[in-house]
Amino acid sequence: MKAAVIVFPGSNCDMDMYHALTDFTDAEIVDLVPHTTDSVEAYDAIFLPGGFSYGDYLRSGAIARFSPVMKSVITEAKKGKPVLGVCNGFQILLEADLLPGAMKRNKHLKYMCRTVDVNVENADTCFTFAYERGERLRIPIAHGDGNYECDERTYKTLKANNRIVFTYASDVNGSTGNIAGITNEAGNVLGMMPHPERAMENLLGSEDGRRLFTSVYRHWRDTHVVTT
Amino acid sequence: MINVHVYITLKEGVLDPQGQAVQRSLSALGYDEVDTVSVGKWLKLEVSDGPDMEARVEEMCEQLLANPVIENYTYHVEREEKV
Repeated sequence: MKAAVIVFPGSNCDMDMYHALTDFTDAEIVDLVPHTTDSVEAYDAIFLPGGFSYGDYLRSGAIARFSPVMKSVITEAKKGKPVLGVCNGFQILLEADLLPGAMKRNKHLKYMCRTVDVNVENADTCFTFAYERGERLRIPIAHGDGNYECDERTYKTLKANNRIVFTYASDVNGSTGNIAGITNEAGNVLGMMPHPERAMENLLGSEDGRRLFTSVYRHWRDTHVVTT
Repeated sequence: MINVHVYITLKEGVLDPQGQAVQRSLSALGYDEVDTVSVGKWLKLEVSDGPDMEARVEEMCEQLLANPVIENYTYHVEREEKV
């Protein structure tokens, strides 16, 4: 598997994402790909890390969405390649219309940085099949704009089609339906506010994020590598 | 150059936590007559005039300046009065 970690000006979880992929999956190639790159066609999976792309000026993710690389990210996403956006990456996916809805300031207007309980609502995606449905994970969050908002029709569609992949176990930031992560209709684009790449080692608090990355890798292996 | 003032507000029905915080503070100061406060953004663009200037401003709002999922926008064009 060739994995691309896109680096925007202001990305600050790129190295954690890189670490998660290089040290916990068997990906052959993991590249830090600058936002100025024209094409990510050569990669099998694309990762948009957390941070503050373009300083979050105007709105989180609004400017990054027009980075040169995003055209190609959108094309590859529509081809069905796995695309994961974490935190600011999730905000960028929303702004790019790859996922429905929008982010608002947290309900209490506070930036929150702590580990929270996250429920696995759907363990049938290429990102989550190494988890069990209903499993409760400990995953850190770090965001000020994580209050996910969508209209009722969108919420019903998300729910009816199992596109809500993660929810917070409690009301963390005011998100509609305690949503912590959703996929697109095809299931190959996942946006989530909690940081699985920061939950890779028990020494640092939790290793509950590991299986997300191993899921993506195994999905690629199962669909691309012919076993004899 | 022409000034275009763009106002971005949250859509009706979208919870406005910043507005609520300001309203509570006003009420704490004794300004109980303030029922609701909405917090939005104001952007001033200096643009060169042209035949499709307003259509382009509209495009800018749709594409980048506002997020149509949760935000509304209005703008007004300020032209210098000719003396």
